[in-house]
Amino acid sequence: MIRLEKRPQPSRAWTVATPILAVILTMIFGGIMFSLIGTSPFEAIRTIFWDPLFHPQFAAFSRPQLLVKAGPLILIAIGLSIGFRAGIWNIGAEGQYIIGAICGAAAGLALYPMESALILPLMIVAGALGGWAWAMIPALLKVRFGTNEILVSLMLVYVAENLLASVSSGILRNPEGMGFPGSRNLSQWSSSQNLELIPNTGMHLGVLTAFIAVILAYVLLTRHIQGYNIRLTGEAPRAAKFAGVSPARTILFCLGTAGVLAGMAGLFEVTGPAGQVSIDFGSGYGFTAIIVAFLGRLHPVGILLAGLLMALTYIGGELAQLMLGVPGASIQLFQGMLLFFLLGVDVLTNYRVRFGASEVA
Amino acid sequence: MSSNTTDNLLRLSGLTKAYPGVVANDDVSFDIREGEIHALLGENGAGKSTLVKMIYGLVKPDKGRMTLHGAPYAPSEPSAARKAGVAMVFQHFSLFDALDVAENVALGMENPPPRRDLARQIREVSETYGLPLDPSRTVGTLSAGERQRVEIIRCLLQDPRLLIMDEPTSVLTPQEVGILFETLRKLKTEGTAILYISHKLEEIRTLCDHATILRLGKKVATCTPSETTARAMAEMMIGSSFVSPTAKHAIPGEVLLRVDNLTMPPPGAFGTPLRGISFELRAGEVLGFGGVAGNGQDELLLALSGERLTERGTIWIKGADASRDGPVLRRAAGCLTAPEERLGHAAAPNMSLTENAVLTAGRRQRLVRNGFIDWKRAEGFAADVIQRFDVRTPGTHVAARALSGGNLQKFVIGREVAQNPDILVVNQPTWGVDAAAAAAIRQALLDLASKGAAILVISQDLDELLEIADRFGALNEGRLSPLKPVADLSIDEIGLMMGGAHDMEVAHVEA
Repeated sequence: MIRLEKRPQPSRAWTVATPILAVILTMIFGGIMFSLIGTSPFEAIRTIFWDPLFHPQFAAFSRPQLLVKAGPLILIAIGLSIGFRAGIWNIGAEGQYIIGAICGAAAGLALYPMESALILPLMIVAGALGGWAWAMIPALLKVRFGTNEILVSLMLVYVAENLLASVSSGILRNPEGMGFPGSRNLSQWSSSQNLELIPNTGMHLGVLTAFIAVILAYVLLTRHIQGYNIRLTGEAPRAAKFAGVSPARTILFCLGTAGVLAGMAGLFEVTGPAGQVSIDFGSGYGFTAIIVAFLGRLHPVGILLAGLLMALTYIGGELAQLMLGVPGASIQLFQGMLLFFLLGVDVLTNYRVRFGASEVA
Repeated sequence: MSSNTTDNLLRLSGLTKAYPGVVANDDVSFDIREGEIHALLGENGAGKSTLVKMIYGLVKPDKGRMTLHGAPYAPSEPSAARKAGVAMVFQHFSLFDALDVAENVALGMENPPPRRDLARQIREVSETYGLPLDPSRTVGTLSAGERQRVEIIRCLLQDPRLLIMDEPTSVLTPQEVGILFETLRKLKTEGTAILYISHKLEEIRTLCDHATILRLGKKVATCTPSETTARAMAEMMIGSSFVSPTAKHAIPGEVLLRVDNLTMPPPGAFGTPLRGISFELRAGEVLGFGGVAGNGQDELLLALSGERLTERGTIWIKGADASRDGPVLRRAAGCLTAPEERLGHAAAPNMSLTENAVLTAGRRQRLVRNGFIDWKRAEGFAADVIQRFDVRTPGTHVAARALSGGNLQKFVIGREVAQNPDILVVNQPTWGVDAAAAAAIRQALLDLASKGAAILVISQDLDELLEIADRFGALNEGRLSPLKPVADLSIDEIGLMMGGAHDMEVAHVEA
């Protein structure tokens, strides 16, 4: 008989060891899966985890992609994690990301073709405000009417996607684009372009912002009373009320922060890697960031690592499809395994496994 | 009635149970005879719970054996214990609020009879033993005493030879205690043995035939309670003499807290509304509110702590209307509170003691500056509370949930007392705390009052209120009785104030 015994407090050693254990387990079971579909497991795992960074031929292209993909994931996940810590489940970061991109791009395009160093900062602010405003809809409805923020924020994603489709073929459409949907290319307009800060690294302003967000979130959660109140609300809502934490203020703060960060992520994406507002701009970062937030145990440093790992498996997965011809579904299965094991072995942090006869204590 | 009441029913020999790092029971042996009421005494952590869990089949002993009626007895699970004739009434009831009495009773049975038969059986048992109970009432509407009856009747339907009762009187009014004792005495004359666990020594003296005293997992003494003083038993329990709290009552000063016609709807489906509560609390005074659980105690605390805001003009702190102020402002004004529920309300289970210190002391102790928490200072404050109130814990980094109930209680009360409040409101301050620690907590409250603070103690422990309060009032269905000086009160009067007198009848003992 295997039994789980609750630890008096979470084990610190296991908190660090579980992600490593999970990656090892994924490699073993993923390897079995790859060998079952007739691919060499060692080659597959090397292609996913090693080649994107160190392959002599492809690494020059795929290495910068790591930060390009990880940046928005981390930035959005940091915002989400603050809410998740308080038990506020914002599932609609994708919508906030899209609206941020639309608002930021619109603010810039309104001034086209003026050239000014102030345009990009203005667009960043507009993007942040757009994301914030979109997040305020579920926040205010929850505070005022007690609606469920999961449903409202999720449904607003679909509203945002339709808005995106509408503006890309409507008011934001490039007048010189020969009628194709999609805005002017913002990465080719010198006032709005969000270029790599260091060439060939993928390090653009959004990635830098993500790193700063990691540090600020860490300080907020460990040193600041607002972060303490957020953690307290998540750990013990009644104790938080007893302490005098206002639930309404916590909801507005958490959803607002998530909206601002997701909106900024959208703006950096639209002015950099994506380049324009287009129908297929929404790439699912807002949803993947939810996974990243939980993989990182809702801890800023964990999210940083989880974002990088997630980006790596995406790039490595694409590479494996290209080079080894494995089906895309097997890559998704592999990523699913990683999530499964990461979340599954987490039980070891809070529980001790005992072997032996059962006993109700 | 059994022909030979001196027969051994249950014999425990050399029972030992160790958990990692602690020996809960060490070589415990004693006998329970048929038809006796046997008290099991001991402080928190003395090993009473582990011992009864072994008897009830919840825990397996590492060593030692038990015999029931002379035959080996080793229940592997509670249902085996019940089959052998051992039943238990737990301190915390396992009842479903939304179901009725008969449904709750049926849930606890292996093969429940059809509903109509069961209802008839419940009525029969409740009449025979003087425990009035309507099988069709919803449990959510029952008082704590009535809920206990559901648990007792659930046990009695199994016709037990041994009934284990864990702290049964902690939720009862004096009148209800009287009824319970009649029931237990009647069971005894029928030959049922009762293992009675309690802290309340006077009760044990009036009810029990024998007492076994545990300390740190070992049996340290046996005695005949009626021939032993309560103080002697208490000293056997803690292994040394202790100081009873002494009051140095200052002459009551100005009014610090005034509650004026406080009325509030219930917080949830099974909560209690507050109805027109008015009182004044003066500096240097200890006011005690008694009452059976669920009569508005929690709701009153929520209103006073600022967690639920009340109508303007109902709560006045030092002459200023604080009715619309939240907990932060009330603390700033000097009014501190300690709720009954330690884990989840007074403290966050997964947070460390240092973090829990910030929970209420952040502002008053200047643990937070410019929005940033000074963790060193917070740790210092937590360490100070731990040291002053003798909280047994490896350190300030330990999560609140890792502390025993009594130790966490000391921390939670200590955290408020150490902030030198002007007004302190506590609900059940010594619930589940051992005798020595309870005495220390009461002394701390009295010391605070003698320094000029106004103290309101809400408690279900009447002895506690009579010991430390200057004036007494009782909460009943959200109403507050008129306040009376404790010195002029008799136990009977208190019982009437608590409103426990109606719908009670003493067991009509039949031959």
